[in-house]
Amino acid sequence: MERKNSFWNKLQAWVNGEEALIHADEFIAKQKPYEQRRHLSPPKVEDIKSNKGLYGFLCVLISLVFIVVMLLVVSELPTFGEANNPANNEVMERYLEDGLKETGATNFVAGMILDYRAFDTFGESNVLFLAVISVLLLLQRDKKNIDAREDKEIAEDEAMDRADHKWILQIGAKYLSPVIILYGIYVILNGHLSPGGGFSGGSIIGGGLILYAAAYGHECVHRFLNIRSFTIISVGCLLTYCACKSYSFFTGANHVGYEIPKGIAGHILSAGFILPLNICVGLIVACTMYGFYALFTKGDI
Amino acid sequence: MREILAIVFFIAGMVVFLLSVLGIYRLKYVMNRMHAAAMGDTLGLGLIVIGLMMIGQDGFHIAKYVLVILFFWLSSPIASHMIGKVEMLTNKDYDERVHGK
Repeated sequence: MERKNSFWNKLQAWVNGEEALIHADEFIAKQKPYEQRRHLSPPKVEDIKSNKGLYGFLCVLISLVFIVVMLLVVSELPTFGEANNPANNEVMERYLEDGLKETGATNFVAGMILDYRAFDTFGESNVLFLAVISVLLLLQRDKKNIDAREDKEIAEDEAMDRADHKWILQIGAKYLSPVIILYGIYVILNGHLSPGGGFSGGSIIGGGLILYAAAYGHECVHRFLNIRSFTIISVGCLLTYCACKSYSFFTGANHVGYEIPKGIAGHILSAGFILPLNICVGLIVACTMYGFYALFTKGDI
Repeated sequence: MREILAIVFFIAGMVVFLLSVLGIYRLKYVMNRMHAAAMGDTLGLGLIVIGLMMIGQDGFHIAKYVLVILFFWLSSPIASHMIGKVEMLTNKDYDERVHGK
């Protein structure tokens, strides 16, 4: 590869990182193209190319139709930032003015998602649980979903994993994962007082569990989180959530005569049901995070 | 005065982050990219947190920032170590690629 020795070319080569790797161009040229697997036949390019004219015409037509429709809709929208827009209605005023009094949470977002719109959050938690359960049903290695070859492969993988001493990762995980999990618990318990809550705290706890499992192997986490305890925690949390929130069904939306004590705003034990609901959501999210990691690496929780 | 010094540190940290992002996009190989990425995690984050410490209100604030730096300087080298190890174990052409033999 020819290269002039001017300052600009040298600078360009340096920015491109070509000096760091001396024989980069030769190496890339020498690499063979990726061999395709035999049982996967490549798609026939000719079939697609024969329809190229019609394909291009239809693409342009459909895109134009969509562009026109979208632009018509945009021209109908109210001007951005005006006081009379439909978004600036009494709902927002109510949340901002009476939110603290009605929910008891100093974190308005927690008050909104776990009190005013608690059923929405309940649906989201259900979605998480259903996602992990359906993946579990499809991927789980039980007696019917395994043969001798796969068994051998798993045994080999585990032997390799055990032979590989991860000293540095283990020392790091030993000091970091308790701190991470503790911080996640703090975020969940303080969800109604400061930014955070069930979803973020649960993800932090799940991250700590994943770090621990990556360093010390799945068996260590398996001691306290197997498929049985996973199901018990998830279903128990969803049922608790359901029970906590179903009083709104029976008393009507205004909780006539059955007011939950709100406590003093700013204290850890306040804001009615928001704290237990946060704990439920956090446990479900943590279990789901770790469950997906375990399913995709090991095929089992 | 404190604010001006803090802003100088912020800008220096931003420049380091910019170079680090540029490096991640322009370099061609995992090991080179890791070198660029580690720059942002160590020097860039360090400069920005020093700037934040200067405008921090009390000792408790500064202690929290020290914890942030401690966490990153513990976790980032471990993650880099794991990436490098995986690259070394799984890339068949590792010697050729790195030493140019």
